[in-house]
Amino acid sequence: MSEVPSDLRYTATHEWARLEEDGTVTVGITDHAQESLGDLVFVETPAVDSIVQAGEGCAVVESVKAASDIYAPVDGVIVDSNSRLTEEPELVNGDPYGEGWIMRIRPEDPDSLEELMDGDDYEHMITEEEEPD
Amino acid sequence: MGSTLRQTALHERHRQAGAKLVPFAGWDMPLHYGSQLDEHRRVREHAGVFDVSHMTVVDITGPHALSFLRRLVANDPQRLVHAGQAMYCCMLNDSGGIIDDLIIYFLSEGRYRTVVNAATRERDLEWMQRQAADFDLRIRERTDAAMLAVQGPRAETLLGECVDGLTARRLAEMKPFHGMELGDWLVARTGYTGEDGFEIILPARQAGDLWDHLLEAEVVPCGLGARDSLRLEAGLCLYGQDMDEHTSPLATSLGWTVAWTPEERDFIGRQALAEERRRGPEETLLGLVLHSRGMLRRDVVIHTADGGQGRVTSGGFSPTLGRSIALARLPAGTQGTATALLRGGETSVQVVKPPFVRQGRILIDAGL
Repeated sequence: MSEVPSDLRYTATHEWARLEEDGTVTVGITDHAQESLGDLVFVETPAVDSIVQAGEGCAVVESVKAASDIYAPVDGVIVDSNSRLTEEPELVNGDPYGEGWIMRIRPEDPDSLEELMDGDDYEHMITEEEEPD
Repeated sequence: MGSTLRQTALHERHRQAGAKLVPFAGWDMPLHYGSQLDEHRRVREHAGVFDVSHMTVVDITGPHALSFLRRLVANDPQRLVHAGQAMYCCMLNDSGGIIDDLIIYFLSEGRYRTVVNAATRERDLEWMQRQAADFDLRIRERTDAAMLAVQGPRAETLLGECVDGLTARRLAEMKPFHGMELGDWLVARTGYTGEDGFEIILPARQAGDLWDHLLEAEVVPCGLGARDSLRLEAGLCLYGQDMDEHTSPLATSLGWTVAWTPEERDFIGRQALAEERRRGPEETLLGLVLHSRGMLRRDVVIHTADGGQGRVTSGGFSPTLGRSIALARLPAGTQGTATALLRGGETSVQVVKPPFVRQGRILIDAGL
């Protein structure tokens, strides 16, 4: 069973988001997402200063199995992206909620995070996904 | 969902080893045991074991076994002279298209064993039965058999630790594509990874013990994911992707598996194949290396420098090269650089002659 930390927020497209003390939002993909993708081989992170909208594809992860867009969970500006992933995409597989973070966004509205799923909702969603029919 | 899938004798062990199990050709098979990239690298550098019991083992025995097989496949099984010797073949239809690729083992006079693909099992068996009507022989699927592949530079030593001393010495002396029956085991120096290694067909009830011994000897359990990337690097074709009943061996860079002599041997598909040979095949299977990041995947369209077009038949990430590689069906004679239409737009690819990697070494020169 995949790990779903209860202190994070989640999207239906399997990103997680964490509100940091400085008001920025760190974004990555969930343990469930990295598990279904398999070993990652390339990660394309967004350019700093680019403006993103919630639901907009702004990064790409490519695994042995498939390429997958990473969507911004909130409106805002990219303030940082994890440059280590260029050389070490496996960090996403090994530590999806830690060293495998993908980007940091300064949200237009910090409250917009409240619109995302909490851990229980996300866990419920992936459990339903895993069950056939 | 799982109830309709077939399970190999090692299913419970795969679970215990932490396998991610996926449906494959009607079987519930391990995709990987954590990381398919690690498994790939361990096979190139050390040794891994694959449960390939989903493969269909079919024994063909009787006075006409040889003459039947000489009609059935495009390679010539008469060239198998040593007990245990193996041969890679294509089984063709009348138009020269490939019904399946298979290995034929010569066990002893009038006794042959074939290993065909799981995905084509029913069609293959039906075809064999139909073609066998006028021959005195018996076709028997060995549903009682399991099959393990132990592959990698350390395979000989580590498999040797799991068998008795005499068998270990025999393994060490075994030449590539040779094998031997040891009681009710068939052990041969064959594989699908581009590394040294062995494939062992044994009674399913004994497979668990061998598996346990191999793991104790630090042979790494490997899944179908690594098996696919290893065979791709080794430039080995996969049935259903790189070839099918609409493509001939000549159009699939498998011309070397067609035995044209003796001329009087009338194998199925010979006439159509001879005509294609006279005309010269229009297309062939070649390798591609992607210069930049990104991934060549099946069905990606390729434009050649001289205006021709082709497509990727199987592609993926090469852990050894650290970039994407592919096999592609391209106009015969294509070389140099070509263009692939990927997510990011038009991307340059290098056309190469497979294999990309064998025995741990990179064999292509693509400006790496």
